[in-house]
Amino acid sequence: MALTLGGTEMYAAAALAVLATMALALVRTIAGPTVYDRILAVNMMTTKTTLLIALLGFLAGRPEFLDIALVYALINFISVIAVLRMFGRRA
Amino acid sequence: MDFALDLLSWALLLSGGFFAVAGGIGVVRLPDFYTRLHASGITDTGAAYLILAGLMIQGGLTIITVKLAMIGFFMFFTNPTSTYALAAAAHRSGIEPLDAAGGPNKPEPVEKSLPNPIELTPSRTGSAPPSQP
Repeated sequence: MALTLGGTEMYAAAALAVLATMALALVRTIAGPTVYDRILAVNMMTTKTTLLIALLGFLAGRPEFLDIALVYALINFISVIAVLRMFGRRA
Repeated sequence: MDFALDLLSWALLLSGGFFAVAGGIGVVRLPDFYTRLHASGITDTGAAYLILAGLMIQGGLTIITVKLAMIGFFMFFTNPTSTYALAAAAHRSGIEPLDAAGGPNKPEPVEKSLPNPIELTPSRTGSAPPSQP
């Protein structure tokens, strides 16, 4: 359990930071006064999810997870534009 | 050589994590929607590209690095677009940015804030200005 330089601890450290950021974005999603604050926080969370999937793939030694991260990055963009169009029509 | 690459990867991943947490704190603590947009942009650019670069160094010259580069390529175009669409939609729906004092940043009407020279001139000089007949 010694801290080796080339081990998987670097992925764990970055994944912990990304998880903390996702928790903070979740706080803004719940507390956001306007709907745009919530969309902003959800957009941020999905970007962090992409990074987290890539980091977890490296952490587990299975970088094939990057395909899922790639799909997530595309779905994120489409979902944000779709939700914005819906609320733009209503407002 | 491996030692140097691991060290560089550590530095990139840790600085990416720092930017991610800094942006997350900004999203929670900043007072306005537009300032929160700025904090979210930090995590979309600094954190994402630094972490992807750190993973690319560990991936080496393989298909893994190509996939990471594709993720970075899509993020390079989609994140600014979604941020712009979000800011434009919020501005269209009437959310005003805050000014330095913390109030809504609406421009003051110019003709009321400036003194009217035609009304001020006779009272200051005690007589009519020479340009008037």
